[in-house]
Parts: sequence; C-alpha cells; structure tokens
Amino acid sequence: MTELISIAIVAPLVAAACSLALRSRPFLRDLAVLAGLGSAALASHIMLVAVARDGTHTVAVGGWAPELGIVLVADLFAALILPVALTIIFVVEIFAIGQRRTVWAANPQLSGPLLCVLTSGVSLAFLTGDLFTLFVAFELILVSSYVLLTHQGNRDQVRSGMTYVVMNLLASTLFLLGVAFVYSATNTVNMALLAERIPQLDTGVRLGIGAWFLVVFGTKAAVFPLFSWLPDSYPTAPTTITAVFAGLLTKVGIYSMIRFHNLTAMDDLGPLMLMVAATTMVVGVLGALAQSDVKRILSFHVISQIGYMLMGLSLFTVAGVAGSILFLIHHMPVKAVLFLVGGLIENHEGSSSLDRSGGLAGRQPLVAVMFAVPALSLAGIPPFSGFVAKLAVISAAIDRGGTIVVVVAALVAGGLTLLSMSKIWNEVFWGRPTEGPRPSPAPARGQRTMHTATAIAVAGTLMVALFAGTLLDLSTEAAESLRNPATYIEAVRP
Amino acid sequence: MNGALLIAVGGLTAVGLYLVTGRSLSRIVLGYSLLGHATVVALIAAGGPAGRPPIAGQAEPEAMANPLPQALTLTAIVISFGLTLFLLALARRQRTITGDDLVEDDLEDRRIAGPDSLPGEQEDQAAT
Repeated sequence: MTELISIAIVAPLVAAACSLALRSRPFLRDLAVLAGLGSAALASHIMLVAVARDGTHTVAVGGWAPELGIVLVADLFAALILPVALTIIFVVEIFAIGQRRTVWAANPQLSGPLLCVLTSGVSLAFLTGDLFTLFVAFELILVSSYVLLTHQGNRDQVRSGMTYVVMNLLASTLFLLGVAFVYSATNTVNMALLAERIPQLDTGVRLGIGAWFLVVFGTKAAVFPLFSWLPDSYPTAPTTITAVFAGLLTKVGIYSMIRFHNLTAMDDLGPLMLMVAATTMVVGVLGALAQSDVKRILSFHVISQIGYMLMGLSLFTVAGVAGSILFLIHHMPVKAVLFLVGGLIENHEGSSSLDRSGGLAGRQPLVAVMFAVPALSLAGIPPFSGFVAKLAVISAAIDRGGTIVVVVAALVAGGLTLLSMSKIWNEVFWGRPTEGPRPSPAPARGQRTMHTATAIAVAGTLMVALFAGTLLDLSTEAAESLRNPATYIEAVRP
Repeated sequence: MNGALLIAVGGLTAVGLYLVTGRSLSRIVLGYSLLGHATVVALIAAGGPAGRPPIAGQAEPEAMANPLPQALTLTAIVISFGLTLFLLALARRQRTITGDDLVEDDLEDRRIAGPDSLPGEQEDQAAT
C-alpha cells in the first residue's frame, strides 16, 4: 500500500527525467512517458480496490510525527478520484502521440516531461494530508501548466498565458497567506489536526479562514466571479493540453474545497456557496451560448459544470457531498473527451471555429458519434453518466429543502447546455461543407491512434454510467467519512 | 504577535496588489515579488516569537524559534523566485512579439462584445 502511494507520485517524476534525457530518441522518449503515466494509473486502480476493502491508509513521509512531518492519506475520496484522473492523462498522452504529425501538436520534447510533472502534482494534491503540501502540489501543477500553455510562444499563447499566470500567481499568494493565518490560529497545517482544532475556534476566525480558502480554491476552480481567466486561456493551448487542463485542473480546486470545507465543518458558509454555485452555473452556460468556437464553448461549459459540483458541496449533507463526488467522477472524463473531439474537428476541418466547418457527420461518422455521446452526457440526458450525476446533486438539494432557486438554476443551466451542444452539432456535423483549402489531416496511422484514444475515453464515460450504482455507493461512503472526520483523524493519528 | 511585522505584511500586500493590477508586466513582476515578501513575513509572524536558532545541541528546546514556519518559508521563497524568473521570461517574449510588455485584451471577447460596447478602445490605441 505504501508502495502504491509512492508509485502514484514518484513514477511520473522519474519518467519526466528519463524522457528529458531521451529527448532525441522519439520512440524511447514516448515509451518512458507512457510507462510513467501508465504505472501511476495502474497503482491508483489497485489503491482503490485496497482502500475500498481495508479502509484508509496513511504514510508518514520520513517517519515524522503528523504534527511535524508530511503525511500522505489514501482515504476513499482520494482513491476514488485518483484513478479517474490518472487514466484520463494516460489516454490523452496516447492521443498526443497520434497528433504529433499535425500542425496542432504540442512540442513533444517538452510536453511529455511536463505532463509527467503535472501528473505527479495531481497525485500529490489528491493524496496529501496537510495544507502546505497541498500548496506545493498546486505549484507543481501550475508551474508545469504555465509552460505547457505558453511553450509554443506564439502571440495568442503569450497574451492569454499572461492572464492565466498572473491570476494563478495571485491565487497562490493568497493560498500561502491563508496557510500563515491557519498556522497562527491553530499551530498546525495537518488536515486531521485542523479538523479537530478549526471547529473549536471563534466563529469569526473560523468563518474568516473558510471564506479565505473559498476564494483561493474558488479561483483555481473558476467559480463566479473568479472565472474570467479560464475561457481566455484554455482555447489557445494545443488540444491535448487543454483536454488535461479542462478535465483535471479546475477539478483539483473543487476537490480541495470538498476536502477542506467538509473536514473543518464550514457548514455556516453553505448559503453563500449555494448562491455562488447558482450564479456560476447560469453565467457559465450563458457565456457558452455567445461563443462561436468549439473550444471556447467547451471552456465556458467547464465553468458552468463547476457550479453543479459546488452546489452539491454547499448543501453540506452526506447526499449532497456524495452527489458532488459522483459529479467529479462523471465530469472529468466527459470534459476531456469533448476537448479531444475538438482536436479531431481541428484535424479534419482545419479550424475549431463554427463558421469555418460543416457537414463533418457525412465524412467522419465515427467522430460525430464520439462527439454526441459525451455531449448528451454533459447536458444530462439519460442514460448517460451526466444524468445520474445531476440527478444525485439535484435530488440531494430537494431533500434538504429551502434550495428552490438553486434547483431551478441547475435545471435551466442543463437545458441551455443542451442548446449550445446542439449549436455545435448543427454547425460542425450538419450543414454545408465549407469551401476553401483544408490543411492536410494527420497521416492514416496518426489518425487511427487519435480515434482509438478518443474511443477508449468515450467507452470510459459509458462505464461511469454503467457502474453508476456502485460509484454512488462508494461516493456516499466517502462523503460520510468526510462529513464525520473521526475516522480520518483516527487514521492519521492512531 | 509582533505589531511591526503585521504592519509590514499589510503594507507589502497593499503595494503589491496595487502593482499587480496594472497592465504592464514589469510592474506585475515587482508587485508579485512584494506579495511574495508579504507572505514570507506573514509565515514567520505566524510562527510565534523569535528565539535561538533551532539547531539541536546549540540551545535549550524552549529557547529555540519554531522551525516549522522557517521550513515552509524556505519552500515558498524558492517557488516565488522561480516564478518571478518565468514571469520575466514571459515579459521578454511579449516584448519581442509586440514591442511592449502590456497585457492585452482577449480579441475573441472584443469581437463578440461588438464594436459599440468598447468606448475606451480608440483612446487605448491612440495612447499606444
């Protein structure tokens, strides 16, 4: 078990070093990256089985006491989300290998190793048991994302990269100031100890800390009104990079919020967070409706969907938090697939702009199907995973009562999501094929790899729908232990 | 809690935030460094009163300063140093591409907002 936790964090870092050393040998370089990402993903799947069977497992790094050293905690919540995240990165890297010979590819010498570092940061963020290591994990993710976003160095990327970098640097600074506040109030940064000590603080100090971290994690997660950096920067990166960012990065913010705000019992912030959630859902989807580029539409949907996850969390009930966790599991693969399909559209049409594409369904029916499944899932149409996840969140809200405004907002946002998905469908897959020169698409072998990777990912989203019952049970169990942190505290301090 | 340190944190944060909200990247870099200093001072202030160096054998444990915030501070300093360099590299790249280091608006946003809704645009262009 200790080995599994270490592999998930260290293997991608080793792979990053190897692939940098092998950068002039493309085959070995890609092999190193795939091996690192693959072994981390495999370890996380075994970890889920082990944690579901034996319960939470803790590693005290270097053998220090939890008050002094770093602890890594694999509880059910972390073990549920980690395999989804790591598998997505692995599949996206396969897609990237197919995309290498097109003009939209990222520079493989840099993007491979950086993706590995980002993976390691994601594992660390999910598994860490203290607030400062969470900050370090965020920095690991962000630093690699800054370079991934801007490494091609063209005008658009530098422009949007600046907004992204400055916004996230500011959020990181606020995070660090928050750590200082927490430390001076409680004398610890260990989450288990915080779960004991923060609820005993004065209401003012406690809520101040909660609101502060709401802003910090909210900026990372792109909730209203802190979202403006996201639709600006995501569409300019190469598709594979955007797929990873959209699938994972904002979700790490939501994950941290679910963990921190539940463990420290910030229930009083619930009404405020519900209003933020409702606004995020509606504003995000309205932004999507105004756009005319596939990647920009999808970027605004990232924001809108974050609202649903925040909504489940802000109910502060077991059912609500379980709904949020299930929504995370549903949303990460669906969003990544949609961006991968955006990459396929670019490959076949020469652009992801709605005005410059049309009639793709006739020429590439497979791509059309691979868009339709996750798009319907995103809009929450049964029998896809989005329906199950939305049902879980909305029924939890109705059960708690007094949330009619948020429920209405969720339903309206769902309808508008369907509207903007059908806009993509009408413009790109139906309609007249556009005139004018198309750049030559990827060679057949590269295209096969890209299609296979996307198909695997689509199959993954269907699996989430198929096993929704089991996943909801596991999510409920994870939510129960988050709502009642006694088991978590006991696992960290036996 | 040391009042002078708190005032220093407040002052550094205020000036840093003011600089970061500017359009020029060189100002943002300066603002970010000040914000970095503010967090470092805040972390040190959170560690409690000053004391002897926390090295085993050199002083009684009761007389030592709290070593944990110092460890956190070192990590924070390294990270903010690296990121300042990255920001400078970005500013230089922007200068080679556009000739200045100003953060630009999103072109797609402007296109969707339409020409009528941007009263400040002409003045902006006249100024640059």
